[in-house]
Amino acid sequence: MFELLGVPPQALMGQLLLGLINGAFYALLSLGLAVIFGLMNVINFTHGAQYMMGAFVAWMLLQYAGIPYWGALVLVPVIVGATGVVIERLLISRLYHLDHLYGLLLTFGLALIIEGLFRQQYGSSGLPYSNPIPGGQNLGFMFLPWYRGWVVGFSLAVCLVTWFTIERTKLGAYLRAATERPDLVQAFGINVPRMITLTYGVGVGLAALAGVLAAPIYTVNPTMGANLIIVVFAVVVIGGMGSILGSIVTGFGLGIVEGLTKVFWPEASATVIFVIMAIVLMVRPQGLFGTPR
Amino acid sequence: MTHMKQMLLGSLAVAALCVGTAGQASAQYTDGTIKIGVMNDQSGTYADLSGQGSVFAAKKAVEDFCKAQKCFDKIEVVFADHQNKPDIGSGVARRWYDVEQVDVIVDVPTSSVALAINQITREKNKVFLNSGAGASDLTGSACSPNLIHWTYDTWALAHGTGSALVKQGGKTWFFLTADYAFGHALERDTAAVVEQMGGKVLGKVRHPFPAQDFSSFLLQAQGSKAQVIGLANAGADTINSIKQASEFGIVQGGQKLAGLLVFITDVHALGLKTAQGLTFTEAWYWDTSDANRAFAKEFSAANKGNYPSMVQAGVYSAVMHYLKAVHALGSDADGAKVVEKMKEMPTDDKLFGKGTIRADGRKIHDVMLVEVKKPEESKGPWDYHKVIATIPASEAFRPLADGGCALVK
Repeated sequence: MFELLGVPPQALMGQLLLGLINGAFYALLSLGLAVIFGLMNVINFTHGAQYMMGAFVAWMLLQYAGIPYWGALVLVPVIVGATGVVIERLLISRLYHLDHLYGLLLTFGLALIIEGLFRQQYGSSGLPYSNPIPGGQNLGFMFLPWYRGWVVGFSLAVCLVTWFTIERTKLGAYLRAATERPDLVQAFGINVPRMITLTYGVGVGLAALAGVLAAPIYTVNPTMGANLIIVVFAVVVIGGMGSILGSIVTGFGLGIVEGLTKVFWPEASATVIFVIMAIVLMVRPQGLFGTPR
Repeated sequence: MTHMKQMLLGSLAVAALCVGTAGQASAQYTDGTIKIGVMNDQSGTYADLSGQGSVFAAKKAVEDFCKAQKCFDKIEVVFADHQNKPDIGSGVARRWYDVEQVDVIVDVPTSSVALAINQITREKNKVFLNSGAGASDLTGSACSPNLIHWTYDTWALAHGTGSALVKQGGKTWFFLTADYAFGHALERDTAAVVEQMGGKVLGKVRHPFPAQDFSSFLLQAQGSKAQVIGLANAGADTINSIKQASEFGIVQGGQKLAGLLVFITDVHALGLKTAQGLTFTEAWYWDTSDANRAFAKEFSAANKGNYPSMVQAGVYSAVMHYLKAVHALGSDADGAKVVEKMKEMPTDDKLFGKGTIRADGRKIHDVMLVEVKKPEESKGPWDYHKVIATIPASEAFRPLADGGCALVK
């Protein structure tokens, strides 16, 4: 049987699939960021903390209210999304007339505060959350846990629905129009501030949803978002800031690239995405799917 | 992102703990104060196993010391966050030694930081009591007259866990190694034990530190068909590895996981359902004596219900012995002299009992091989370990002659 650089094809298939699964998280998180940036021009550095909150709220629902995973999947995005709405109304909305940088600093500071509060309350080593669908299927080339299969399928569906809503529906058209010319859209009788608030809530809800999906496979701990968010920002930059489709495609694509790096040069797997980012920025500064602004 | 965080400084912390009866001539102590600097991870992956718990342990040791005998004029405990980064740790250490008159640095998990602090402490002739870090190099090639390595090291872990598993029939090994000083040392020491006992290392993969997703590395380990997968990592990395190994059916598939460095806080984070059956080496466990249980109870009340790890217990023991040595010597000015005195005096405290310190700076005591209980066997909060074997002090640590320490003639 032929081997590619000493790696048998079965192993390679397995790694490709795993890369796709990790890509699902990147895609879901960068999607939320892209929605918020694309429609509000806010660089949401709180995203990682909101992802972490998603996982924690899922744990709390189970611990204090006995609500299992499937309930959390519905409730958590709503609860965390609501905190996003409050944050947007109270804080972010005051910065729209200023430079992007102020929004970035605000959301970065918020992320540190939120992480600090959770660490203060729950410690740093994390909390247990058990797998709702244990077991799996031997595919011949690898053992696929049912849960990972579910994560890929579900996040792909969420990504497609979000893309469709924004790019192909009337609501999405209003949203896009409101970004371009808020004054005109308002003149047509549409409540633009409320629409923007809800957009932020939805973006945050997407982050929280990724958090719930992550709870059974990663440790639920306060730094889980901080570790991931930098990579996710790289994904967004590579895909093109604000491009919905770009963030989905690059999310899955970079998951695969990273997965392959873990086979051929494991030590470099933490860096490969940033190398790609540097190359993309040099060759095509607006990102693979972005349009020059 | 942590590098952007404000450094949390000891200056915020902790007032003098005991005002003694002032019998000692304070002029002999640098600026009249014995200043103990607890440096560790206050915010990252090792914060629960060291962090504020270690600060509590150090203060507790000061308090108990002062109760037991006449106290010094002033003993102060300060702390700082090294964020697991050698450059940040070195910066704090230099400032502590040069500007803030710190006499002794304790704890310091994360071997790369510990090795850096070891160097600086030697240059400045202060004292470094390491409880948190693992690399056995600290008492080997990097040994120093200003250092004592207190609680555990990679050699002890490798021998405790490694030899137990080889004896149970785990002859072939594959390593999942955190790609920094500690992981490399742990992998090297364990591989040596495995090979020495007739086992074979089939392969290894070095993962970035810290990492989130281990599935890819686990799949490579699975593909190697090794009987034992050795996890040469720590903290959240170990938790994630074990959690995901269970997801991928690695243990059900007949391969055994060896957590080469597992702390009780990791077991707590995994939950007994996932962690049960895991075998590993511990230098200290709270449920082994009345004194330990009493300490754990007090510790838990002050630390949000968490129980002490072996690292935190080690900080208590180390600070206690340091104070005794300074007391006996009547001065804290010359770091190498204090360490010499500490080596000379036998150690004895309520948590670790009686022990000794070797010429290479290695503190010697018994270690335990423990197995994580099944959920139904656990009777209360943090009732997690079954002690399955005690490794006597004489066998627990690397023989003095094998370390290559220059202090050993």
